[in-house]
Amino acid sequence: MRSLKWFGFAVTAVLGLVWGDSARAGPTLDGVKSRGVVTCAVNTGLAGFGMPDQQGDYKGLDADTCRAIAAAVLGDAKKVKFIPTTTQQRFTVLQSGEADVLTRNTTWTVLRDTEQGFNFAPVTYYDGQGFMVAKKAGIKSAKELDGATICVQPGTTTELNLADYFRTNRMTFKPLVVEKLAELENAFFSGRCDAYTTDRSGLAATRAGKASNADDYVILPEVISKEPLAPAVRHGDDEWFDIVKWTIYAMIGAEEKGITSGSVDEALKSEDPDVKRMLGVTPGIGKALHLDEKWAYNVIKQVGNYGEVFERNVGSRTPLKLERGLNGLWNQGGLMYAMPFR
Amino acid sequence: MSVPSRPLGRSAWWNDERSRELLFQALIVAAVIAILAYLGHNATVNLRRQGIGFGFGFLGHEAGFEISPALIPYTPADSYAYAMLVGLLNTLLVAAIGIVFATVLGLVVGLLRLSGNWLVARLALGYVELIRNTPLVLQLFVWWKLLQISAPGPRAAWQVLPGVFVSNRGVALPVPEYDPGFRWVLAALVVGMLASIALARWARWRQERTGQPFPVLATALALIVLPPAIVFVALGAPFRLDMPQLVGFNFKGGVTVTPEFAALVVGLVVYTAAFIGEIVRGGIQAVSRGQSEAALALGLKRRHVLRLVVLPQAVRTMIPPLTSEYLNLTKNSTLAVAIGFAEFFSVANTILNQTGQAIEAMTLIAAVYLSLSLGLSLLMNVYNRRVALVER
Repeated sequence: MRSLKWFGFAVTAVLGLVWGDSARAGPTLDGVKSRGVVTCAVNTGLAGFGMPDQQGDYKGLDADTCRAIAAAVLGDAKKVKFIPTTTQQRFTVLQSGEADVLTRNTTWTVLRDTEQGFNFAPVTYYDGQGFMVAKKAGIKSAKELDGATICVQPGTTTELNLADYFRTNRMTFKPLVVEKLAELENAFFSGRCDAYTTDRSGLAATRAGKASNADDYVILPEVISKEPLAPAVRHGDDEWFDIVKWTIYAMIGAEEKGITSGSVDEALKSEDPDVKRMLGVTPGIGKALHLDEKWAYNVIKQVGNYGEVFERNVGSRTPLKLERGLNGLWNQGGLMYAMPFR
Repeated sequence: MSVPSRPLGRSAWWNDERSRELLFQALIVAAVIAILAYLGHNATVNLRRQGIGFGFGFLGHEAGFEISPALIPYTPADSYAYAMLVGLLNTLLVAAIGIVFATVLGLVVGLLRLSGNWLVARLALGYVELIRNTPLVLQLFVWWKLLQISAPGPRAAWQVLPGVFVSNRGVALPVPEYDPGFRWVLAALVVGMLASIALARWARWRQERTGQPFPVLATALALIVLPPAIVFVALGAPFRLDMPQLVGFNFKGGVTVTPEFAALVVGLVVYTAAFIGEIVRGGIQAVSRGQSEAALALGLKRRHVLRLVVLPQAVRTMIPPLTSEYLNLTKNSTLAVAIGFAEFFSVANTILNQTGQAIEAMTLIAAVYLSLSLGLSLLMNVYNRRVALVER
């Protein structure tokens, strides 16, 4: 049924390309405002990044990025609509205009940024591709995987990195590609594949969320690629691109300034000119982004700063237990760096 | 009252039926062309605005992803076009095997439906109704999961026969290693087959003239089997098996039939056979009872009645609906994306995603399945014309 759904999406995409009348400049913001909701393409179910909870509420870092955009644009983080997409559907859904932004643990690559017609906002999670195997297989390194059957999602950078890694190391493998993540994970856990490969955060999420016993599986030490996961928007709408970009910078900037959802009201009284500009106490930035001056205040108040979002969804107190590592602030040994608010 | 000045019998052109027909047709054609032009223009503008290049140049680029199983040698360094060929061959393999087995199983089911045995007929009916009335995707998942869950891992594989291993990686089978002598064996086989065709013609000719039957089947079998066997032994029986062996993770050597391939073929065969069974039943019932009664009255044996009188007539009504079942089977093989078998649709799908060339990839997908279907229809139509009732 998935495949049929995929086909529906692809047809929609083509029809979208064919019928779409989005040739005007900056139509996304107008569309979002008139609909009163930000539409985000998210994962069908990846713990910590985008997965519906028992109430059907989407939870995760990607889902919160979407909420932050809604808070910035509409002043209400709840005004979001999530479209669950597989790896194969995600780009067509964005291309066709069905989604306003793609927040679906998607790797920023040069071809996607150019030929495929997308623009990438700042990275929300610096990741790298790894392998997970069953502990009882007794494998200690990815170099021992020669001849293995490997579960991988089709149409991903993962699929290409995998082939590159095995080519470089003169090893062979057999891929098992299944589009729907849940089916692929089942195939791995049932023993159909020797290893499962995706971004290491995704491996941790799958192990935490889907394995009957998480301790039976190990993530191998090799990191075989750089996977900067970033939200994407369509080419041709700079206004919307700026909004998505600066929403993320607002979250990172707030963490740099030590402003949390709890302390943001306090911060309104701050004397720091940077904070005053960011929170709209000194007006100007909101107008420049064609948003309300309270845009960043709303983001931090309703969703939180980057550190809060990280800890809430994937941090050490979550089942994923991910370290900040590369995703720490730049002045704490990480790569997260907000551009100046002036 | 004024009389119209036009002569009687000739009215204005817009009242003329023929010119009106022409006008309407011209309008419809113009409208279709206008819509197509509008869509085409929109697509071009939107693609350009989003900075997406249009064209089939990407087909020559390196694919960069692995495909398994592949019938021809393939590496990630090959081009997208070659990757598509690998997928297409997988589709053709599934379709060919699927069509043959679905026809055989369908014929059996159709005959069982007509069986005088109450239990057998009801079982066949139950099979047909159960399979026809559930979605094919569901059935594919069931077959796939069954194979996944029931079989052990490769290290604990069941050895069914020496060299035949069943595990959740599939069924590993030994295959004969290639030997130059096989060419002669093959040649002998071809000669034997040609000889048996000639024999069948001669036997028929003799029977028509003299009424003497000839044991064609047994003789033909001997003609097909014996010459290659003799050549094989004469060459010193150069027979070595390439045995599958557990090396590291998986079986190396021999051939491995993957669970995905097996699930797809079994699923398609079981599904399509239910429909073919009904076509066979309908075809046989369409032959009037008088035909078999007459044949029995002439003293033909029951199996001869079926083979010589009923089936040849039933086949005529069966061919057209059978063609559409074959087309369905071929097109349904695209559901393999759900269970991870890399046939054409799945590979093209991946390419679409890796390149973002949605319109081009979908055009190619459509073109390939259209060609497959039209080609298959053509073959079936040729056959249909041959078996059709010749009216004199």
